[in-house]
Amino acid sequence: MHLLYPLVLSVLLFSIGIYGVLARRNAILVLMSVELMLNAVNLNLVAFDVWLGDRLHAGQVFTLYVITIAAAEIGLGLAIVLLVFRQRETADVDALRDLGERQYEAMLEPDRGAR
Amino acid sequence: MTGVEILFALLGAVAVAAALLVVGSPNLVHAALWLVVTLGALAGCYLLLTAEFVAWVQVLIYVGAVVVLLLFGLMLTRAPIGYSAELTSGNRWAAAVVAGATGGTLMTVIVEAFRREYVGLHGGVAGASRGIGETIFRYWVLPFEILSVLLLAALVGAIVLSRRTPDEARPAAGATVGAPGLAGGSNGTGRPGGGDLTDTGTGTETGQANAAAPTVPAQDDDRTLPVSESTGSQGGAG
Repeated sequence: MHLLYPLVLSVLLFSIGIYGVLARRNAILVLMSVELMLNAVNLNLVAFDVWLGDRLHAGQVFTLYVITIAAAEIGLGLAIVLLVFRQRETADVDALRDLGERQYEAMLEPDRGAR
Repeated sequence: MTGVEILFALLGAVAVAAALLVVGSPNLVHAALWLVVTLGALAGCYLLLTAEFVAWVQVLIYVGAVVVLLLFGLMLTRAPIGYSAELTSGNRWAAAVVAGATGGTLMTVIVEAFRREYVGLHGGVAGASRGIGETIFRYWVLPFEILSVLLLAALVGAIVLSRRTPDEARPAAGATVGAPGLAGGSNGTGRPGGGDLTDTGTGTETGQANAAAPTVPAQDDDRTLPVSESTGSQGGAG
């Protein structure tokens, strides 16, 4: 099999994941897009492992580790999202701008910045 | 094209189309379910690359656990179930430009670098569970142990984060009951000790609703205080 098939697929998935992280508003959808990017990296690792014929199977073992870390990351991320939701009643990433600059906030939403 | 390449291209097309629906679907639950399709197609790709064990782990952990966790998260944050137009933010064109630029750059580099490389799939199964298990427990033991400690730390961290302490849970719930229309703003003045976090700016009418909200449910909260103290010690997180 041509090596370009898995590599091009992983590039496409990674780009779609970047778009999702930047464009989605719900925090859980952002986490889903992060999962897409992690899966693209996993496909790359497996493809290079098989291509190199690695005797230690470094790529596949590392893929297993990445999958485990992704599960831990999803657990922690959901806990943080739940905490934010419990305090703010929203999971909207665009609504969380307490650390933003006041000037910028006033520019975006004039009725809020005028107080 | 060989048969394996055709199969891989078909699975890749399924994965990419489902991924586009994950980031583009106007329905949250549908996006989560399309993620299942993407991850399943990727498991098929792993199988075609003879990474058998990774494929089954992908099915078990991603499709089985991670997507279910995401669906739980959607339910617990009271996400809109049906169609909602608000899921994509206003900077989607900038995001599309960034994603396209990244994809173009990576694609150019990869096509130029690996244009003539072929994967030999005829040397037997590279990723059968026997071989993977032997290499993990012979050569990769230390990362494995570190990973188990990391999982423990993540578990404890998730429990600590999502645990509801009694004094912060009750007034927030009271504000929700008293003023259910505060979906976009802060639930503000009812929570003791949290004033530094709540000042996201509310209009006058929501301010009055906030001020009025804790009076009625506060009596309920005082009455149920011993019960929730005793039952809440097990970390009654949702």
